[in-house]
Amino acid sequence: MNEINITSAQYATDPLTGDTGKLIKVTIDGTEMWVSIDLANRHYAEIMRQVAAGTLTIEDAD
Amino acid sequence: MSKAAELAALIGSGQAQGDRNLIINGAMNVAQRGTSFADPTDNTYSLDRMHIFNDNDGAFTVTQDTTVPSGEGFYKSIKFDCTTADGTIAAGQYATLSQRIEGLNNTVLGYGASGAKSIVVSFYAKSNLTGTFCYSVRNSATNRAYIKEFSLSSANTWERISFTITGDTSGTWLATNGIGSNHQISLSMGSTYHGTANQWNSSNVVATSNQVNFLSSTDNNFFLTGWQVEIGDVATPFEHRSYSDELARCRRYFLRYYGNDSPAYPRWFNPAYANDSYMGGSFSFPVQMRAAPSLTGTVTYQNADNFGTGSVSREGMAIYVQSTSSAVICGASVTANSSDHITLDAEL
Repeated sequence: MNEINITSAQYATDPLTGDTGKLIKVTIDGTEMWVSIDLANRHYAEIMRQVAAGTLTIEDAD
Repeated sequence: MSKAAELAALIGSGQAQGDRNLIINGAMNVAQRGTSFADPTDNTYSLDRMHIFNDNDGAFTVTQDTTVPSGEGFYKSIKFDCTTADGTIAAGQYATLSQRIEGLNNTVLGYGASGAKSIVVSFYAKSNLTGTFCYSVRNSATNRAYIKEFSLSSANTWERISFTITGDTSGTWLATNGIGSNHQISLSMGSTYHGTANQWNSSNVVATSNQVNFLSSTDNNFFLTGWQVEIGDVATPFEHRSYSDELARCRRYFLRYYGNDSPAYPRWFNPAYANDSYMGGSFSFPVQMRAAPSLTGTVTYQNADNFGTGSVSREGMAIYVQSTSSAVICGASVTANSSDHITLDAEL
């Protein structure tokens, strides 16, 4: 229980400011999603869990 | 006990107060994500605040239904309909309905310390399948779990189920915006998650070996409404809240803007920045969300072929709409085509 199917992850770039440290663009169950870097966000928590487990890598921003 | 004494006891326990139900959307009225979910993905949501665990060799559909117990003020229920049978649930498999109560709301129970309060769980349920089902309460670390068996004795008949669960004086129960407690109704449950009923277990268990297998036949269905969790020892009548009140509570966890809301083509935001192919702006959410949410959606207005966000907080978000193929984005407000939507997910 509790796993989420994340197939890709990349830091997102704010096209206005160029900031790359606020959001991660991921694909979950085939749907693109912008995930806030907030430990209380369940998607971010799961991304960090999978990164720590070595099953997911977050790509650098374009 | 006289009625006066009963009332005095209820007032003393706090049960006679309003706003006593810890379950949000217990009457199943709010459905921002939609009203039908065919074999939902494991660890996802259906009707607002109604979480689904679904890992098995069968399949089921979850819908918002109008079948309700008569004379109780309900007009919606949640329905589970088995569409592919799984006659033998493997050890690690399951099918459940649950609600995760936020820690900031769960703290009223005083769990994890002496004086932890008892709760009364009540709901209306109906199924063609009679027998023993299991209800569980777990903490966020899933190392404290209480299992309560309940029975549906009459096929295809609404029954009001109620039982008491003693407060847990041990364990760690979050008092933050994380998961305070997880209330779960098992429909099918593999042996990995079997434990002992009527006591606090120190492991991740949610049902007993007596649990029926809802997925045993495509004839099976299960309806539920009027889900209530309150402090005390006696179940009180279901606390009906207004739709707007319940919607606002739900929006702390999930928020969807539809392009086909009335009036048509709603204006989501006015741009603060715009050029020939890009414009961005911001808008505030109607309530503070539980956490900075995740964003998904589709925006196609003005030939936009890309949209996204550069910043999201619990209070609102910046959003941009872009056309990489043609320079048709103008400086007008971002309105929506009927198929467009934006969703913000801050669920537990």
